[in-house]
Amino acid sequence: MNVLPELIFNKSKKGKTGISFSFNSFENNTIAVDKKNRRDDLGDFPSLSEVETVRHYSNLARLNHSVDHGFYPLGSCTMKYNPKINEAVANIEKLSAHPYSPNDLVQGNLEIIKTLEKYLMELTGMDAYTLTPAAGAHGEFAGMMVIRKFLSSRGNPRKIVLIPDSAHGTNPASAHFAGYEIREIESNKEGIIDPEILKKHLNEDVAALMMTNPNTLGIFEKNIKEISDIIHENGSLLYMDGANMNAFMGIVRPGDLGVDVIHLNLHKTFSTPHGGGGPGSGPIGVSNELKEFLPVPVISEKDSMYHVNYFSKDGIGRIKNFYGNFLVLVRALAYLKSLGHENIRKVAEDAVLNANYLRKKLEPLLNLPFKSKTLHEVVFSDEGLKVKTLDIAKRLLDYNIHPFTVYFPLIIHGAMMIEPTETESKETLDEFINAMKEILKESEENPDFITNSPYKTPVSRLDEVYAARNLILRWEKGEQN
Amino acid sequence: MRYFPLTNTDREEMKKEIGINDVKELFSDIPKEKSYFSLKNFPPMLHENELIRDFKKYGEKNTFSNFSSFLGGGAYDHFIPETVKYLSSRGEFLTPYTPYQPEVSQGSLQAMFEYQTMISMLTGLDISNSSLYDGGTAAAEGVLLAARKTRKKRIAIASNIHPEYLEIIKTYVQNIDIEIDIVEHDISTGTINPEKLDSILTEEHGGILFQSPNFFGVIEDSEKISGIIHKYKGYSIQAVSEAFSLPFISSPGSNGVDIAVGEAQSFGLPLSFGGPFLGFIVAKKELVRQMPGRLVGQTVDSEGKRGYVLTLSTREQHIKREKATSNICSNQAWCALRASIYLTLLGESGLKDISKSNHLNTTYFVNKVSDFSNVEVKYKRNFFNEIVLEIKNMDSELFLSELKKKNILAGIPLKWFFEEYKNSILVNFTELHTREQIDNFIKSVGELQ
Amino acid sequence: MDQKNLKFTNDHEWIRVDGTVATIGVSDYAQKELGDVVYIELPQVGDTFSKGDACSNIESVKAVNDIYTPLSGEITEVNESLEDKPESINQSPYEDGWIFKIRIDNSEELDDLMSSDKYEEYLKGI
Repeated sequence: MNVLPELIFNKSKKGKTGISFSFNSFENNTIAVDKKNRRDDLGDFPSLSEVETVRHYSNLARLNHSVDHGFYPLGSCTMKYNPKINEAVANIEKLSAHPYSPNDLVQGNLEIIKTLEKYLMELTGMDAYTLTPAAGAHGEFAGMMVIRKFLSSRGNPRKIVLIPDSAHGTNPASAHFAGYEIREIESNKEGIIDPEILKKHLNEDVAALMMTNPNTLGIFEKNIKEISDIIHENGSLLYMDGANMNAFMGIVRPGDLGVDVIHLNLHKTFSTPHGGGGPGSGPIGVSNELKEFLPVPVISEKDSMYHVNYFSKDGIGRIKNFYGNFLVLVRALAYLKSLGHENIRKVAEDAVLNANYLRKKLEPLLNLPFKSKTLHEVVFSDEGLKVKTLDIAKRLLDYNIHPFTVYFPLIIHGAMMIEPTETESKETLDEFINAMKEILKESEENPDFITNSPYKTPVSRLDEVYAARNLILRWEKGEQN
Repeated sequence: MRYFPLTNTDREEMKKEIGINDVKELFSDIPKEKSYFSLKNFPPMLHENELIRDFKKYGEKNTFSNFSSFLGGGAYDHFIPETVKYLSSRGEFLTPYTPYQPEVSQGSLQAMFEYQTMISMLTGLDISNSSLYDGGTAAAEGVLLAARKTRKKRIAIASNIHPEYLEIIKTYVQNIDIEIDIVEHDISTGTINPEKLDSILTEEHGGILFQSPNFFGVIEDSEKISGIIHKYKGYSIQAVSEAFSLPFISSPGSNGVDIAVGEAQSFGLPLSFGGPFLGFIVAKKELVRQMPGRLVGQTVDSEGKRGYVLTLSTREQHIKREKATSNICSNQAWCALRASIYLTLLGESGLKDISKSNHLNTTYFVNKVSDFSNVEVKYKRNFFNEIVLEIKNMDSELFLSELKKKNILAGIPLKWFFEEYKNSILVNFTELHTREQIDNFIKSVGELQ
Repeated sequence: MDQKNLKFTNDHEWIRVDGTVATIGVSDYAQKELGDVVYIELPQVGDTFSKGDACSNIESVKAVNDIYTPLSGEITEVNESLEDKPESINQSPYEDGWIFKIRIDNSEELDDLMSSDKYEEYLKGI
């Protein structure tokens, strides 16, 4: 018996519909499109009634694990609780303007954008922001182009971007699309960038260092000031991937440490829901020198009115339609306003406290390759275990716990990257620790039991090799799906 | 504060367990002189009742909702059934991450598979990915896809695509080795002239990107355009900024188009001041390994039961790093889910009825104003739901502000984007415009004669 | 196929020389490391490569690996059956799983390759 609902295409019956809408009626009104441009057949496009549609998606919903269901310690993804009030705020109808509305009719929305820019500047010590990038990787891409444009204005865009081996996977791809060659720099024994190693990679071709801080091992790059001095002396710039800002929000401002460009992930640190993969938002903040190179649109304030500038002489151009993912910005601002100055710092403090508590409790059970201090997340290895990381991850599913991030960063064998966030109770952490203890005990006594897990999920382990070899990417009439 | 479940007792116990006295000790790698900066510039926290009041105040400062709007240009106000809002706001859809653990993500994955299928059907093409950021970035990805697959460095682009799409494409290619050649459209028809196109295209072109209906709302001869680029062994890329045109006009696939890209905000997403929207990309099968972004594929579990996984991930950034087909990671998955629900609910007849109604509301206006001396519809046939209205007796901005006084947002001034259309505006009609609204608009235009 | 007659590279490719043409594939060790192969991108017949160029790549579910040609020359034949049956690389790395044939431009390059015994030794050191 398959627990997945039948595909909508197999449930469809011509003539059904799930909507009711009153259309205008006209006398003597004709279609003004030539016959050859018309379409009259939608083929096998499905037709369901309203109740069938509701049941279909409600049944699909039941097959998903989510933050609303349980613990979700996916490292580097900051799966914190998504406050419900933010959804209500984002659904205020009077915010849902047409993006080409005359400026004087959308002053409230423009004020929301400017206010969030201001708060992010304050939190990160950067001098200007653009909120248009749609996701972290989109922000990285925009940020690297800003760097390139700035360096070009100084006469030479340079060729190379240095990226540590512990960086997020998007970093090399983003820098590549901004026209740069990538050089990887290896982490030292402490799991961080070594200024001496960095120096060896520097030359006049180096445009920037793209650093994730705290890095994907959860370790703060404690030499950041020295690194930024070295980078700047070389005429290069320091880009910081701020995806892990949950570790230091309210504790330190990257702008105070010599960072020239930073991107943030509003769908991580600022609590906006991940939506099963998006939408996100990846604002970038820059120092004064780079301000003029930001993408359009740029919103300015004059005579207590907000104005939108669609053109910028030196900017990198436009990277996204309209104003970016505006309703994600609304949610992020609602979150910051809910926290206020009383609670902003508490986010990082509790997130780091939770992560260190987990680390302390799990350290006797698992191999911890890097012993340096860690902040919001910790990465263990499966070395010395009778089962692999993937097996432990799958068994955790039976405990209604979403697994940690697996096999990343690559510099750790069988990495288990655990990020609890501040929105988890001590009770939840203890349940997770106990689950891990049980699983590790089971793996000693009966490893096969773990390698065949999970048992309580809607489907058992899925055959990814079959999917890649056979490539069924859509329903086709008469085919088996 | 309700977002922090730890009690002070918990915190004390945990600190003791870790072996610290003060949580500050955990941050000791951060340069001391810079840490614990002052937060005095931050306002105090707002409680839930204060917060909603605060945001409603922003809403009150927006006065657009007092107006009857005919704005389109890549963002369209369509009917959204309550069922779509209800289902899509379930926490199971809103609060998971990317479905990296398929055993507990079959809901999102099957919905994505169904989305991929429906977008393929609507465009008449083989394979859709599971979403991109928006129409403009999808157009840029379409250009990169054609260049990558053909290994050619030139792409032709029609001058009458959405101006923001063109700006985004130019940004995307500015630092990589791809040249853009703009193909000017014919102002008398609003469309690309196929003969002229043939004289511009060469074997060096990896593709032509055009939009249909184009930015002026006019349907292009995509069959001819595709035929011409195929002679030069390039790809035909069609952008679509109004997805509701798909059920109404002949599909990209049926006209020989190889790649369709665009914006599907019309399928269940509110205007939202421009985002989040939903970018789509669909292509012929031969392009699947060069596709950007995530793809969901069908497979079986260890007991042989049907299931879904993310597949072909080797194209993506986390594996191929700088050689990836795109740097995209987070996409617009929830928007695609919403579109799936929307499309399922409408079904074939709902899609057809609504798209036809868009067109009929437009033709009604076009016919009525044809007697007026002060305005002229520039392209009188083969539009879908958007038209160019040329203002004959006054400056277009003055025209717009006169109508604004009557609480009508008549359209987008084309002078923002095109010098040669400086006295024209772009006007959009959807199924949501009541006959009364349209009649009132017509009457107000007539009064300005 | 007698593995003893093959030559090997550090990158775990095998080479069988027949007169002026060499057939190239990946070793048993390599296919095990790769895991289930799901796709292979073949070079085109007529393309020419220099020794060390990436001319093809092999994909498993979670990884992509370049194949570097150990010899310079022109591609004379590719194993098109791998397009439908990439699993041949796992099931029969030395026979059905061959990848391409190349016309040997410079026979001196053969001197840089390892014998089967030497390759066995090399594997022990990994």
